[in-house]
Amino acid sequence: MSWLHIMILIPFLFAIIVPFIYRVFAPRIHTGWFVLSVPSVIFLYLLMYIPIISTGETILISVPWIPSYGINYTTYIDGLSLVFGLVITGIGALVVLYSIYYMSKLKESLHNFYVYLLLFMGAMLGLVFSDNILVLYVFWELTSISSFLLIAYWYQRERSRYGAQKSMNITIFGGLAMLAGFIMLSMMTETYSIREMINQTDSIYEHSLFLPAMILLLLGAFTKSAQFPFSIWLPDAMEAPTPISAYLHSATMVKAGIYLVARMTPIFGGTPEWFWLVTSAGLITLLYGSLTAVKQTDLKALLAYSTISQLGLIMSLLGMGSASLYYGTGDEASMYAAAVLAAIFHLINHSTFKGSLFMVVGIIDHETGTRDIRRLGGLMHLMPISFTLAIIGGFSMAGLPPFNGFLSKEMFFTAVLNASDMSIFSMESLGVIIPVIAWAASVFTFIYCMILIFKTFTGKYKPKKLEKAAHEAPVGMLVPPVILSSLVIIIFFFPNVLSQYILKPAMGAVLPAYSQPGEIEIKISAWHGWNTELFMTLGVVGAGTFLYLYLKKWIGIYSIYPYSMTFNNFYNQGLGKIEDMSLTLTKSYMTGFIRDYFVYVFTFLIIIIGGSMLFLDGAAFDAGNNAPVSIYEGVLIISMITAALTVLFSKSRLTAIVAVGALGYLVSLFFVIFRAPDLALTQLVVETVTTALFLLCFYHLPEIRREAVRVKFRMTNLVISLGVGAIVAILALSANGTRLFEPIAYYYENSYELAGARNIVNAILVDFRGIDTMLEIFVLGIASLGVYTLVKLRISGRDRSERTK
Amino acid sequence: MSLLVGLFFAIGTYLILTKSLLRIILGTSIISHGVHLLILTMGGLKTGGPPLLGLQDLPFTDALPQALILTAIVINFATTALFLVLSYRAYKVLGTDDTDQMRGNHDE
Repeated sequence: MSWLHIMILIPFLFAIIVPFIYRVFAPRIHTGWFVLSVPSVIFLYLLMYIPIISTGETILISVPWIPSYGINYTTYIDGLSLVFGLVITGIGALVVLYSIYYMSKLKESLHNFYVYLLLFMGAMLGLVFSDNILVLYVFWELTSISSFLLIAYWYQRERSRYGAQKSMNITIFGGLAMLAGFIMLSMMTETYSIREMINQTDSIYEHSLFLPAMILLLLGAFTKSAQFPFSIWLPDAMEAPTPISAYLHSATMVKAGIYLVARMTPIFGGTPEWFWLVTSAGLITLLYGSLTAVKQTDLKALLAYSTISQLGLIMSLLGMGSASLYYGTGDEASMYAAAVLAAIFHLINHSTFKGSLFMVVGIIDHETGTRDIRRLGGLMHLMPISFTLAIIGGFSMAGLPPFNGFLSKEMFFTAVLNASDMSIFSMESLGVIIPVIAWAASVFTFIYCMILIFKTFTGKYKPKKLEKAAHEAPVGMLVPPVILSSLVIIIFFFPNVLSQYILKPAMGAVLPAYSQPGEIEIKISAWHGWNTELFMTLGVVGAGTFLYLYLKKWIGIYSIYPYSMTFNNFYNQGLGKIEDMSLTLTKSYMTGFIRDYFVYVFTFLIIIIGGSMLFLDGAAFDAGNNAPVSIYEGVLIISMITAALTVLFSKSRLTAIVAVGALGYLVSLFFVIFRAPDLALTQLVVETVTTALFLLCFYHLPEIRREAVRVKFRMTNLVISLGVGAIVAILALSANGTRLFEPIAYYYENSYELAGARNIVNAILVDFRGIDTMLEIFVLGIASLGVYTLVKLRISGRDRSERTK
Repeated sequence: MSLLVGLFFAIGTYLILTKSLLRIILGTSIISHGVHLLILTMGGLKTGGPPLLGLQDLPFTDALPQALILTAIVINFATTALFLVLSYRAYKVLGTDDTDQMRGNHDE
């Protein structure tokens, strides 16, 4: 156990004590103040690693977890995991601070909220710092589960439950696919460690499982990162409290898919399949997200689609950057490596500006009671600070200077332009599409940013449509977005500091050729002359402004596309169908008739025992152990058969009961013949009591009616019972004919010396297996208690009248 | 012997599959006899004297199955008694001994 392990476990440990803290201090002190310490401490701790990691070093610490399967809890810190770790804890701390003001300490069940939040934080940290794929998978699913819990936090609302279930279905589906991919990977490389897999990339590429494993892994990544068409869960996840939307569904959890793709790039990257899948999924998502965001009227839904779109942007950058691995090193390689750098850069930028935008939307929701764009407007004068924050975040997202979004957007354009010139992976013919899609998506991104800012803050103030009178938020709620917004600006002016210490080590983790500092020179600068990228940005601004101003004229085209063709509709229909099918299927065999269940049980018995004897050659007949049948036994057997058949065919209950009694006495006689005096005695006593009991109840139970049932019913019974009888007979014969082991009874022959008993059976019962017998007495006691209560119990009159109703 | 066990099981199963409660109980009773005999058969039949150390005719039969059966007999007695009283109670309360009619609501 190192400090690093402890740091990852701290959120889990703290989650355990949160309910106690809540009980002691609520509602005097907001629980969030205690929780705030967790991400802050971890953040500061992780900051200490920056100097080490920026020199190109990595740290690997392993603790055995399930050593017999080679599963170790290995933490691994390199640039990539450090970036994620810092984002998780940094944004986490701000979100917790924000939530202290957002979540009322009087009304909300805060202990649940913070337990889920800490659970998520720990899972996410474990995910990014884990080197073992199975451990990674466990944490991956934990994030899905905690996300489910957080979306359903207001579980009284139907939309929350729906959104939670949807996100769970989709992300867990992806997670399972990813697990299959992981298992294939470990089959190919015979290791669970990502480090060791990267060393074996050549042999993986040759393997026939290469493509299936890659597709399954990408399914996991795409579902988690809400890539098209799995993006449908993210807008519904917006039912979660806004701090959660800001944290999980824009800054961290949805980036787990990005993390996975980045992590796996050294293994799969440099191949055309990887390049095309990742890039095209990213680009389609980018375009789809930005197009759909424009028509949203709910501010959070708008942000959700914009998150989808931005995730697509990062994804496509990673896809294009993977081409660098094809070249290895050299000019072209470093050209594409810049795309990876841009991806990580944009990932950080997105976390800052989107986090702050979500918080602003949360403030608007909190202070006005609505997030509907049609009801908002004119908040500029009432909420000046929020307005400023929205402008910073929104302009950054739109890609305008002087905000960090401008830098990464420019790098994105550079990357797409480079990619369109690419001469590998059959890019000659298709390459030209990429910049076109990128540019179009950027135009729509610009439009929805403008909608977000100007529709809410300018125009006419409509107090009648709001639930509360709008006013500026409390200071505590403004501090986190202010910090994030200042980061947005600071990063714009000093991008190369960030690049030096954080981005380049992270890029080195994705592209191992550049893992040592100084091997690549990428300068991020705001001004690089009148080049194509700048003209593209100018074009975006021009076209975007034009389309925004005439939004009303063309917004109608969105309604052309019918709802029935959307993936959302497919999902809902599919889910309903599956539920109906499973209900019908279950009802078809769970009839509620006890006899049917007996039929299943007995049929299964026949199939399992009969089948196993048939296929495993279990049936063995050996006459050698058979004992000769004497005249007494012959008579006994015949009378027993007669008695048993009498029970079967008797029409009077008295006859049946007497026949069963007779059967019992005959069995005890049998025991005498077979040298078992104790059994015979016991059987005699028990049989007497049982018969007496039967006769007692006989007085109360009705006459056995001749059962008026169909022939089919009887035939089923007959076939099944004959089958059971035959199987058991074969079993008995085989057991008799097979002697695998020596009898162990001679262990008990010294019973006289050990237990002072001459009767071995008795010695076994009361001495050697004394505890068994004690428990047996226990069972008897329980049964007698049951009998006693059932006889004595008087059902009250109310119960009876209810039943007769 | 084994055939006898098989017959017991067949009859017992048939009885259990019918609808009358009393028959079901009788069926379980018969099956349990079958089980006892099955265990006894597995131990090997008539291979020696009774497992009493004082007697002369060594070797004895296997004492272990006997001990098991003894336990089984007692437990069987307990369950039969419980079954009986339960069915008595069910008949008193529900007014039927037909398992089909005992079925609960259709809309569970």
